[in-house]
Amino acid sequence: MSEAKIHVIGGARVPDSPSEQRLVEIRQEAERRGEVKAIGIRPSGAPFPKASPETGYYGLPLLKQPPWTWEIPLYFFAGGAAGAAAVMGAIADYTGADRKLVRDARWIAAAGAVISPALLIADLGRPARFLNMLRVFKPQSPMSVGVWTLLGFSGAAAATAFAGFMGERYGPSLPLRVIENAGQAASLVFGLPFSNYTGVLIGATAIPVWNQNVGDLPIHFAASGLGAAVGLLEMMGNDKSRALQALGLGAALFECWEGLRIEGRGHSHLDPLKHGPSGWMIRTGGVLAGPVPFLLRAASVFTGDSRLRRWAGISALLGSLVTRFAWVDAGHASAREWREPLEIAGEGRRELGE
Amino acid sequence: MSVTAFLTDSTLCIGCKACEVACKEWNGVTEDGLDWTGFSYDNTGSVGASTWRHVKFVEHAPEPGIGGNAPEMNSWSFSSDVCKHCENAGCLEACPTGSIVRTEFGGVYVQPDVCNGCGYCVVACPFGVVERNEDDGRAFKCTFCYDRQKAGLIPACAKACPTESIQFGEIDTLRRKAEERLEELRRRGMRDATLYDPVNTSVGGTHAMFIVRGDPRSYNLPPKPEVPTIYLKKGWASSAVAAAVLLGGTLLAFLADGGRNGQRNGR
Repeated sequence: MSEAKIHVIGGARVPDSPSEQRLVEIRQEAERRGEVKAIGIRPSGAPFPKASPETGYYGLPLLKQPPWTWEIPLYFFAGGAAGAAAVMGAIADYTGADRKLVRDARWIAAAGAVISPALLIADLGRPARFLNMLRVFKPQSPMSVGVWTLLGFSGAAAATAFAGFMGERYGPSLPLRVIENAGQAASLVFGLPFSNYTGVLIGATAIPVWNQNVGDLPIHFAASGLGAAVGLLEMMGNDKSRALQALGLGAALFECWEGLRIEGRGHSHLDPLKHGPSGWMIRTGGVLAGPVPFLLRAASVFTGDSRLRRWAGISALLGSLVTRFAWVDAGHASAREWREPLEIAGEGRRELGE
Repeated sequence: MSVTAFLTDSTLCIGCKACEVACKEWNGVTEDGLDWTGFSYDNTGSVGASTWRHVKFVEHAPEPGIGGNAPEMNSWSFSSDVCKHCENAGCLEACPTGSIVRTEFGGVYVQPDVCNGCGYCVVACPFGVVERNEDDGRAFKCTFCYDRQKAGLIPACAKACPTESIQFGEIDTLRRKAEERLEELRRRGMRDATLYDPVNTSVGGTHAMFIVRGDPRSYNLPPKPEVPTIYLKKGWASSAVAAAVLLGGTLLAFLADGGRNGQRNGR
């Protein structure tokens, strides 16, 4: 049998039509796929790189990844919580709520007011030149608007907490009361945008996963910050306040909806929010900030167990932290995804039903 | 001062990388491109903080005929990439220090003595050009040879180019030249030659135009680059809604709770 197939004359093979057909097949496979799959064969660098409307420029990413390190997502977290705490502290004061709650909210805001600029400055390539941010005010730059908001918020929140502390310790006086009231009003005014502007900051960029969600990010970040601030206040012992419970429930409910929104839509630009490490971070953050605190709070409403509330607060706080890191990580994944800015539909996308 | 531009013609480029060398030498840019990418003769990859001119080596599928190619050989073209110097520049709008400015020649220039390295321009560039130098801390990109232009000279890359693939001149003249060149190329059978100059996007045209053959996407040139300021309206509207809901919700929650507290305390 085998002698009939292989013609051996003097140790050399004689070509015949099946052997030549096989060589043509190999060539055709190489042309079609860019590599030939066979046992024991692993061509280095294969498939052969081609630049084309389907592959872009060898699949090299067009966009640059964000140069930010861990300071920036942590700043998003701290700033979001501090802004929401300042708003809650001021409203709580105006509506005559428990003094401890007002005081604690002010301290959270003041802590954020100190930590936030430190983080922002630490991430600069030239920290010593931070003041260059204050050369100009550019309404068309969310970074510029944000820095000025941060400046106003930091000053106001720190002054409020300081004046409140001095007043309680050394007795009230007119100047202290003026600083306290003016500071509180200003930290309310600055706290509102400060708690959510970071959503605009990353939304108004060239990174697809960010700019395609620009309409949702500020609300999402505001809810995340509110959940974290409520959690912090409850951990500080304010676990009897029905207002905090209601706000915590609201924030958790919104985060549930945000998760459903992301999971329910199939646009390719949402891929970094659903696949890979960034997708799992988004999911982890979403579950910790949405369903978990929502169910724990609902349970605590019925049972009256304040320990459940504290756990809900801790979960929302962690969820907020993870969510900020996840969104920045998703931005990295989105910048690496070379198909998106070139408007190339990949095979993986068609499988997802695009 | 006249408004100037680059016209980079890939049909004339021979891939010699003289522009990369000239740019690095004149501007004193640090070395890079010492790694193998595995993608043709391109070991630089992309423009960035240490690469302001970058020659792309574009290998297409076999295409018979033009350029002396044998029918079974891959077609091979080169194109020198550079900062696009957008008419509506994302980096310039995003810069919070005012370091990035528009020069009198129409170029977009990062003032190194002002930049504090916040990195926001990096994510604002729809072409992935500007980058933070992690050793130095500041953001860098093509200066459009602002110093040379101020002295009445042409940019280093254009001066070093041996085939006039990189042309430099007054922008309207170059746009006219580009149309003439396209007509000539089409007459000679290169019907796939196109001019890349995204005037009909929010970027509003660039000061670096490219003549390429085939789909510009194989040169990593995006079909619809958008300046990120177009997302501001939606973003700030959402921010206002978020602030209003936070204010209203907090007020409602504490008013409702406060009322109850008041009753409990017999107020």
